Amino acid sequence: MHGRKRNAASKPEEDAASAAEALELRLLQSQFMSNHHQKIYTKEAIQLSAKLQEINPEAYTAWNYRKLAVEYNLDSADPSLVNSILDKELEVVENALKRNLKSYGAWYHRKWVLSKGQCSSLDKELQLLNKYQKLDDEIKKNLVLRNFHLWNYRRFVVELTKTSEQDELQHTTDMINDNFSNYSAWHNRSVLLSSLVAKKADGFMPKETIRREFDYVHNAIFTEEDDQSGWFYYLWLLDQTVKMETPLRASPWPSDGSNIILSGPGCFNGSSSKFTTYCSESGSFPLILYFDQAVSGVSSSTVTIDSELKSNEDLVWEPVPEKNSQVSCVWVARLKFDRTEPVKVKVSLGKSRGIVSSTGCNLITPYEFVFTVHIDDTVGESQEGIISWTDGFDSWDAQSSKDLNSLITLDQLEVDTGFEWRKQAIKIEIEQFRKLPDSKFGKLNLAKLLMAEETMISDDDAVKGVHYKEILQLYNDLMALDSWHDQYYKDEHSVALLRKVTSSTESLTRHLFRNRNMNSIVCLRLNNLTLSRIAALEKLLFVQMLDLSHNELHSAEGLEAMQLLCCLNLSHNRIKSFSALHSLRHLKQLRVLDVSHNHIGCKHPVDTTRYLCSSSFSNSGETGRKVPSKYRDTYLVLRDLMKLKQFDIRGNDLIAGEEFSSFVRQVVPTLVWLDGNKLAS
Amino acid sequence: MSSTSSSQMGQLVADKHVRYILMAEKKKESLESVVMDHLRMNGAYWGLTTLDLLDKLGTVSEDEVVSWIMTCQHESGGFAGNTGHDPHILYTLSAVQILALFDKINILDVGKVSSYVAGLQNEDGSFSGDMWGEIDTRFSYIAICCLSLLKCLDKINVEKAVEYIVSCKNLDGGFGCTPGAESHAGQIFCCVGALAITGSLHHVDKDLLGWWLCERQTKTGGLNGRPEKLPDVCYSWWVLSSLIMIDRVHWIDKAKLAKFILDCQDLDNGGISDRPEDAVDIFHTYFGVAGLSLLEYPGVKAIDPAYALPVDVINRIIFTKNDC
Repeated sequence: MHGRKRNAASKPEEDAASAAEALELRLLQSQFMSNHHQKIYTKEAIQLSAKLQEINPEAYTAWNYRKLAVEYNLDSADPSLVNSILDKELEVVENALKRNLKSYGAWYHRKWVLSKGQCSSLDKELQLLNKYQKLDDEIKKNLVLRNFHLWNYRRFVVELTKTSEQDELQHTTDMINDNFSNYSAWHNRSVLLSSLVAKKADGFMPKETIRREFDYVHNAIFTEEDDQSGWFYYLWLLDQTVKMETPLRASPWPSDGSNIILSGPGCFNGSSSKFTTYCSESGSFPLILYFDQAVSGVSSSTVTIDSELKSNEDLVWEPVPEKNSQVSCVWVARLKFDRTEPVKVKVSLGKSRGIVSSTGCNLITPYEFVFTVHIDDTVGESQEGIISWTDGFDSWDAQSSKDLNSLITLDQLEVDTGFEWRKQAIKIEIEQFRKLPDSKFGKLNLAKLLMAEETMISDDDAVKGVHYKEILQLYNDLMALDSWHDQYYKDEHSVALLRKVTSSTESLTRHLFRNRNMNSIVCLRLNNLTLSRIAALEKLLFVQMLDLSHNELHSAEGLEAMQLLCCLNLSHNRIKSFSALHSLRHLKQLRVLDVSHNHIGCKHPVDTTRYLCSSSFSNSGETGRKVPSKYRDTYLVLRDLMKLKQFDIRGNDLIAGEEFSSFVRQVVPTLVWLDGNKLAS
Repeated sequence: MSSTSSSQMGQLVADKHVRYILMAEKKKESLESVVMDHLRMNGAYWGLTTLDLLDKLGTVSEDEVVSWIMTCQHESGGFAGNTGHDPHILYTLSAVQILALFDKINILDVGKVSSYVAGLQNEDGSFSGDMWGEIDTRFSYIAICCLSLLKCLDKINVEKAVEYIVSCKNLDGGFGCTPGAESHAGQIFCCVGALAITGSLHHVDKDLLGWWLCERQTKTGGLNGRPEKLPDVCYSWWVLSSLIMIDRVHWIDKAKLAKFILDCQDLDNGGISDRPEDAVDIFHTYFGVAGLSLLEYPGVKAIDPAYALPVDVINRIIFTKNDC
């Protein structure tokens, strides 16, 4: 099926030979089937099946038959004959493998035989495998080097014989030294090393292992620049350097030392211009925890609230957005506020075990943050007018910058004991990579190294943000150098750009404004930045009004973390469907949503975000009421937005008009403004 | 991203492919057919789905196909690759998929088939291919896809099934056939597909895997299945559908891939091969057309990246009531 040349029309002699072969095989098959169905396991019958398997090792029923025959014959056999019966099976497998080294049936049969536990040749198995990997024929050798059946079988035998991981590691070293371009060997190496480091085996402490491996992989990547195997291994090493033994970090909202003012009903009034005003008609406000890794176990027993507020025992913490999985980076709980005077709230994590990251990292060192909440009682008129995204913005005042600082500084939850060696390792690597000539992988890895170094610079260090200019330039270079992957580099560029914007109060304040019409709530303007991707949100949890218009976003993925968001502008982007907006259904505070001038409509048969909505096909019963299938995704996004007052969807492929408008009005009864027009009540 | 006009790109000779498939179906006694006798059920799925994608399913006799399928059902409830062969999860899925194409799932004793599949789940959540116990994440995907089509997913321990799949996740973001096994595009499709169907894609590191997958695109425009391997049309499905399910398909050059697939056609006799100028077969014809469907090539119906069946077939099944 693979790698055969397309022939010109075959000659009659070839046709005749082929037809004869077909007939012979057909005969063999029917004889075999007859034996199989009649459960005939004589020597002749078994030999027939062996003949069939030599010609056609893929005929799986023959392998089943052999197993039945083996079991039948083992039952009645003399103990001394057991070995010869099983050895015969191994011989049949070897013959089949000569025909097709990738036959699933053959390999599994061998495993099945060995699992019977009665084989004498177990220790010879590894030697057999090594023999395969030392073939002289270059083509055969390359086929074998990457044959995953061989590697899987090797793992099977290693486990059976209890061969040590250190010995197996040496084997990968031998394979790699023989030929750097052996992704399979590098892969196995990474698996074995991870296990040895996790077990804290002798000679495999993280610091020394990483150093050794960086030096080792340099041989491969600095000599064979085009070969991918070493590069992927390198990226994994870099990832380990950054992540290994790293404690969990989190950013909360409200942040430590902040002062939250709850504005009562008739929102967005009040003279206070603090950007920590939060509108709440229900007398409650969200408590947000954003972890840098997905965690589970956030609950009222692992997170304690210390305050005078009553009725906050048994607080329900929910993961955003994956309700059914109980694992997420973002967790939210709602705190009820029941008094008029200011209240201090202390939130503590880590006092009792329970919060675990998906990679098994436990949160063990206690972490706490304290904030104050009070209510602003002045009841004003509700904001009824349409909100504009162009008028009414005032620039930021320096006074508020001090408060901003506490919000965007990510606190480290634990003292990081391994910090120094990791910082050093990255520094050495950066020096090495700067010496490399221009190449795709060289530039990509340098960009990733610089990003890694940035994440290790603490937020209040003056050199924070120093690498971003170079990182952005590297991604620009890569977009030109490797244009087929330009969208990947574009996405990375957007991530770097957003990290740059949020790296200091100075850069962030250039994008912050106050909106007069929304009573001076904070607006973050990230429009016209050619962003194709959203990132760095852990520092932006306080944002209530966000302008992402005139960018290149094709999905709202990531925005679910911004639980305080009440106004969002995604107009003039590249959003193709409502399923791409599914994150927005978690933004229950949304009042104003603009998705005008995108590409939402029916002209895109391939939906790339369909399966990322967790409420996909497993819960098809969610659309209980009669929802036209073309509006199903629209329904799933809008129905949870119970506060939506202003919605704009003009300029999309979607067939708008009376049908759509009335559908939207049904789903969102609170809607006042649709597509710039006030709806009749 | 560069765009190529369709004249530069070449044309899909759909009619020739339809003819190729219909003729191959009839050639039961050719050497190639006899050698592949045991996986005729897969072949039928590949051929018939391609016909449906080209809107030509009506050219086959539905009754003939359906009655042949039923001769392949074993007393255990599972289906064999052909009449007389042993049952296996591989062919059980293909049988259910073909019946889905014809909207004839209702002729099955759904309880029996689903019990066969569910009975193959092991304690650690993995699935065996048949009673002989070979374990592979391919079988996890097959079980989940099959039971989902039969609306009986609750017959298995979905949580454990997902847990096992996640244990096969590798350090490059990809998935192998068993824990510790090397990442391979075919296995990745199976694992990502299974996680997609069960609403568990949050277990996938989409950026890491997306990058590994988009690096499968070679200088020919075609995709390979693993680093340093040759491109092959079948990876246009496995890599592409995986990229689509995790919303990273914009990281490859789609136009160049489409051109590669079209270059693999036998413009005279129909059919698509693994690489340009190689021999064609049904397997690659299906994956080539399915790949073009995912690339939104005109004239090809939309295919669902997780279920590997036309979107209209999936919508019809998923959005009707009747649970197991």
